[in-house]
Amino acid sequence: MVKYVDHVQVVKRMNGRLVVNKMFKIVFLLATLFALAALGVLVYRMFDQGWGYLSADFITNFASRFPEKAGIKAALIGSMWLMVVVAPISLLLGVGTAIYLEEYAKQNRLNDFIRMNISNLAGVPSIVFGLLGLTIFVRSLALGKSVLAAGLTMSLLILPVIIVAAQEAIRAVPKELREASYGMGATKWQTILKVVLPSAVPGILTGSILALSRAVGETAPLVVLGIPVIVHFLPNGILSEFTALPMQIFDWAKRPQEEFQYVAAAGILVLMTFLVILNSIAVFIRNKFQNRY
Amino acid sequence: MKNWKYFMMTSIVGSALLLGACSSDKEEGSKTSNSGATSSETNAGASEQLEGKLAGDGSSTVAPIMEAIVEEYTAVQPKVQVSVGVSGTGGGFEKFIAGETDFSNASREVKEEEAAKLKEAGIDYTEMKIAYDGLSIVVNKDNDWIEGLTVEQLKKVWVEDGKEKKWSDIDPSWPKEKIIYYSPGTASGTYDYFDEVILDGKDLVKKATLSEDDNVLVKGVQGDKNAIGFFGYAYYLANKDNLKIVKVGGVEPTNETIKSGEYTPLSRPLFVYVKNSAVKENAALYDFMKYALENAGEMAEAVGYVRTPDEDYKKDLDALEGLK
Repeated sequence: MVKYVDHVQVVKRMNGRLVVNKMFKIVFLLATLFALAALGVLVYRMFDQGWGYLSADFITNFASRFPEKAGIKAALIGSMWLMVVVAPISLLLGVGTAIYLEEYAKQNRLNDFIRMNISNLAGVPSIVFGLLGLTIFVRSLALGKSVLAAGLTMSLLILPVIIVAAQEAIRAVPKELREASYGMGATKWQTILKVVLPSAVPGILTGSILALSRAVGETAPLVVLGIPVIVHFLPNGILSEFTALPMQIFDWAKRPQEEFQYVAAAGILVLMTFLVILNSIAVFIRNKFQNRY
Repeated sequence: MKNWKYFMMTSIVGSALLLGACSSDKEEGSKTSNSGATSSETNAGASEQLEGKLAGDGSSTVAPIMEAIVEEYTAVQPKVQVSVGVSGTGGGFEKFIAGETDFSNASREVKEEEAAKLKEAGIDYTEMKIAYDGLSIVVNKDNDWIEGLTVEQLKKVWVEDGKEKKWSDIDPSWPKEKIIYYSPGTASGTYDYFDEVILDGKDLVKKATLSEDDNVLVKGVQGDKNAIGFFGYAYYLANKDNLKIVKVGGVEPTNETIKSGEYTPLSRPLFVYVKNSAVKENAALYDFMKYALENAGEMAEAVGYVRTPDEDYKKDLDALEGLK
C-alpha cells in the first residue's frame, strides 16, 4: 500500500506551523491593542484635564476671558447648524451620484474616468477644499463666512466618501432582488426606489454618518475660510456668521493661560460626545436594519 | 413589512435632522424675543440699543483683548453681532483688503505692500493703538550664564550666518553648547516685528523651530537647557515660574518698562485698523470701536498686556469721532 501521508513528517512540521500561527496571533493582537491604548490614554487625559470644567454652564455660556466662565454655546450650536446644511446636501448629492453610477451609467471610458476621479477626490487634503470654498463660496458667490458657505465646503469634502460608501451599499444588493422586481414588471426607477434603496439604506447611512462625523471634527477648511472664533451670538439663519467646535477648541489650546488648556480639554469632551452620539446612531441603524434576506 | 421599515428609517433620520434644527431655532427665537422686550424698555433709557453686524479678523496676539472687549460689549449691546476671527496679522489684512472685514487686528504696523493693496481696493483706514506688548526673550530655567543680552548680542544669536552657533560664540565665558532656537511662525506679526527690529531684514537661523502656537515655544524652551525663544509678554507672564527672562540692553520687560518705552526696541504697540467708510455707515461699528478704546486699557491688563498711555487712547477716540 502506498503511504500518502508520512506521519513522522507531519508531526515534525506541525510544531513549526503552530508556533508561527501563535506568533501572528500575538502580533495582530498587539496591533489592535496599540491603537486601543493610544485612544485610552487620549480619553483619559481629556477626562483628567477637562472634567473639572465640564458643567451645565459650560454648555450654556458663551466664550469668556475668564476660564471658569468660558462656555461653548456658540460653537456647539454653530456645529449643529453646520450639520443642518451639510447633512441634506451631501446625502442628496452623494446618494444621487451613487445611484447614477451604479444603476444608470454605462460601462464606458467617460464613466470609468468619473469613478476614478471620485476615488481620487477622497484623497485630496482637506485644506485644499478650504481654499476652493474660500474662492468659490465665500468670495465669488459672496456668501461670506456663513453657515451656508462652510456647509457647502464641508459637503464637498465628504461627498467622495459618501459616494463610495453608497456605491458599495448599492452594489451589495443581490442581483436576484432586482431581477425579481423586473420580473414583476417594475420599471427601473420603481426597482431602485422600492427594492434597491431600502436594502441599501443601512450601508448608505452608516457610511454617511461616519462621513458627517468627519465634517464635525474638521478644522483646516474652517481655518482657511476664515470662520471667526470670537462670536457671542447664535446664528439666526444659514446666511449668518457662526463658529464651530474645532475652531473654538483650537483657539483655547493656543491661549497663554494654563487654565485654557483645561477648557480646551472640556471642549474636546463635548466634541467627542457629539461624535459618539453620531456614531452610535450609525451602529444602531446597522444593527436594526441589517440581514434582511 | 419592507415599507414599514423604510418609513421608520426615513422618519428616524428626518427627526434627527429636525431636532438639530429645532433646538437651535428655539434658542434663537427666545433670544430675539427677550432682547426685543428689553430694547423697547431701554429705548427711553440712557444708552440707546443698537442693532447691527460687524466683523473683524487678524492677530492672535490681539485676540484675547478683543475677546474680553466683545464679551463686555455684548452685555451692553446684545443685538450687535460682533464676530472676530484669528487668522494672524497677515491673514487678517488679506481679508481686510478683500473687504470682508470692518476692522483688522495687528501686532505690527501695516506693511507697505498691504497699504498699497488697500489703496488699490479703495479702502481708507485709521490706525488705533489698543495696547502694548513686550516681546519677551526667554531661556531655560537652568540657564545660569545669561542675565541679559544687548541688541547686538541678540542679533548675533538669531541671524543666520551659515555656521552652527554655540553659546561660547556669543560670549567666550559661556558654555560650548549648541544653541537651540524657538521662534513664532513666519505668518505671525510677532515674527515680522522681531525681523524688523533685531534681524534688520537678514534671515533668521535656519535651525530654529518655528510654530504658530506659542505654547509649543514655551514647552520647547522649558525642555532644553540650551534653548532660547521669544514670544508675546502674556505667554511669559503665564509661564513666569518655568522660564527665565532675558534682560535686553539691561532692561527687564515689566508693565512699567513696556508702557514707558524703556524696554526698547522690543516693546511694541498692538493695533486695530478700522475701515473709515464702515464707521460712517455702521453706527454699531462706531459704538463698538468707541467702547473698545474706552475699555481697552483695562481689558489688556486683565489678559496679560500693557495699557497704552491715556493720551493715546484719547487721540484715537478723537480720530474716531472725526470719522463719524
